[in-house]
Amino acid sequence: MHPAYSVIFFTTSSGAGYGLLFLLAILGALGLLPAERWFGLAGFAIALGLISGGLLSSTFHLGHPERSWRAFSQWRSSWLSREGVLAVFTYVPSGVLAIGWIYFETTSSVWNLMAWLTAFFSVATVYSTAMIYASLKTIPQWHNGLVPPVFLFLALATGAVLLNFLMLAFGIWQAWAVMIAIAALLAALALKLKYWAFLNTRSREHTVESATGLKQFGNVRPLDPPHTAPNYLNKEMGYAIARRHSERLRRHVLTLCFITPALLLALILVLPGMFGLFAAGAAVIASATGVVIERWLLFADAEHVVNLYYGREAI
Amino acid sequence: MTTLPPATGKKLGLVIDLDICVGCHACAVSCKEWNTGGYSAPLSDIDAYGNDPHGPWLNRIHSFEAGDGTGGRTVHFPRSCLHCEEPDCVTVCPTGASYKRSEDGIVLVNPDTCIGCKLCSWACPYGAREYDQSHGVMKKCTLCVDRIYNDNLPEADRVPACVMACPTGARHFGDLGDPDSIVSKVVKEREGYDLLPELGYRPVNKYLPPRTREVDRSHAKPAGERPAQIDAVHAPTAVEKFFGWADRMLSD
Repeated sequence: MHPAYSVIFFTTSSGAGYGLLFLLAILGALGLLPAERWFGLAGFAIALGLISGGLLSSTFHLGHPERSWRAFSQWRSSWLSREGVLAVFTYVPSGVLAIGWIYFETTSSVWNLMAWLTAFFSVATVYSTAMIYASLKTIPQWHNGLVPPVFLFLALATGAVLLNFLMLAFGIWQAWAVMIAIAALLAALALKLKYWAFLNTRSREHTVESATGLKQFGNVRPLDPPHTAPNYLNKEMGYAIARRHSERLRRHVLTLCFITPALLLALILVLPGMFGLFAAGAAVIASATGVVIERWLLFADAEHVVNLYYGREAI
Repeated sequence: MTTLPPATGKKLGLVIDLDICVGCHACAVSCKEWNTGGYSAPLSDIDAYGNDPHGPWLNRIHSFEAGDGTGGRTVHFPRSCLHCEEPDCVTVCPTGASYKRSEDGIVLVNPDTCIGCKLCSWACPYGAREYDQSHGVMKKCTLCVDRIYNDNLPEADRVPACVMACPTGARHFGDLGDPDSIVSKVVKEREGYDLLPELGYRPVNKYLPPRTREVDRSHAKPAGERPAQIDAVHAPTAVEKFFGWADRMLSD
């Protein structure tokens, strides 16, 4: 699949935003984070900024962005529509929670309820994003149960790395924040390794014989293409540039997205303070770069069954 | 509404006979001609006379080779929307622009409400949907909805443009939901089949397989007397050796 840059930016940016929002809400509700004005302002500005920036960028790849309001209507059947609806729903409790945190400096009573609603809708929104991909039967690399947990845990992990940086910047850092981030990184890593193992071992069940129904005559191969220049299908679904570099890119993801942030965060346990802030900043940059490569690879590794009509033997 | 109708009154669709399609592309050209002025109008071409001509066509004609030796054959293979009974292209649409008509099962895109998110084209296994870059909306086969019910056309012409154009009669149009229709009967008789049935989209359009042919071997020469195959490796002549040497020298 051709990686649309606006979609890669959207899913990674809003993923980190929802991850941070989820953690702020849960940890705020549990009283583990101080309901302090400036920390709250920075936290919600970053989380909601990443989410809103991502949502805005996702409209850039549309043919008619001015009609995007229509996308809220078909939540009964479409995961893309559900994602839009849930993303808007999330703004309500998170906005109220932010007002409580920033103006009234409290996360108790009604704000507490808002915190739990924010956490719930954050998870639901990221899950819907993942289901847009996981629901496509035409792309076996996406149509499997590992895609939603990978999206959820990567969102949590990138959000947790950001939270460490924020807590250090405001001098309220505590060791458990690193534990949460490392646990989330390890969970995401385990899921991603399992996903890559699935890609390496899965059986290719869709064949050109099944696509053409000509199995009875023997092996089927293309003779003449239907058109002499690449069409929309070849450009959108025939993208194969990164697949050749898949192994190397997976190593980059492994290093940047998981190992480097985990090691840098572990260093903070030994050396908090100014050095810790620097290490956390580096961890944020590494995990952001890594997750963008991860998302790019998710597209580039994905093969659409329509390629069976254009020379692929099995997918 | 992108939720599917529980059942459609009719199941209008095409039956494509792979036994007699000659791969002339007349159906594709006729489709483009009609639909660039019809419901999906226009089907824009970009760089039409340049190096990278592209733009939506609603019907594409592939040619495949199947099998080897005397049992092998060339099969010309028209590919367009199959107007599935379980079309994921409809259910994934976030706006309701993509829909399946309850009266006849035709799958359409409303070009006035499509936001051009392209998700429907991802959901279609058959490559039936092509994005129109100039208009920012998705285009697809309409089963010539603006022909088949068109009172301004003579009754004999109220069939899809591709069916009208086919010079060999390889394309049939009718109600596949009616077991007594001609198309249903021919599908039953010729064992018409679904493409990629394992995906569960339940296409309405059916393909009729090429007939198996009796191979007449009465005048085939015994193996020893057969002429060498054209593409068989043969010893190069002196001239070929020279050009081979020149090619290697110049390539270094």
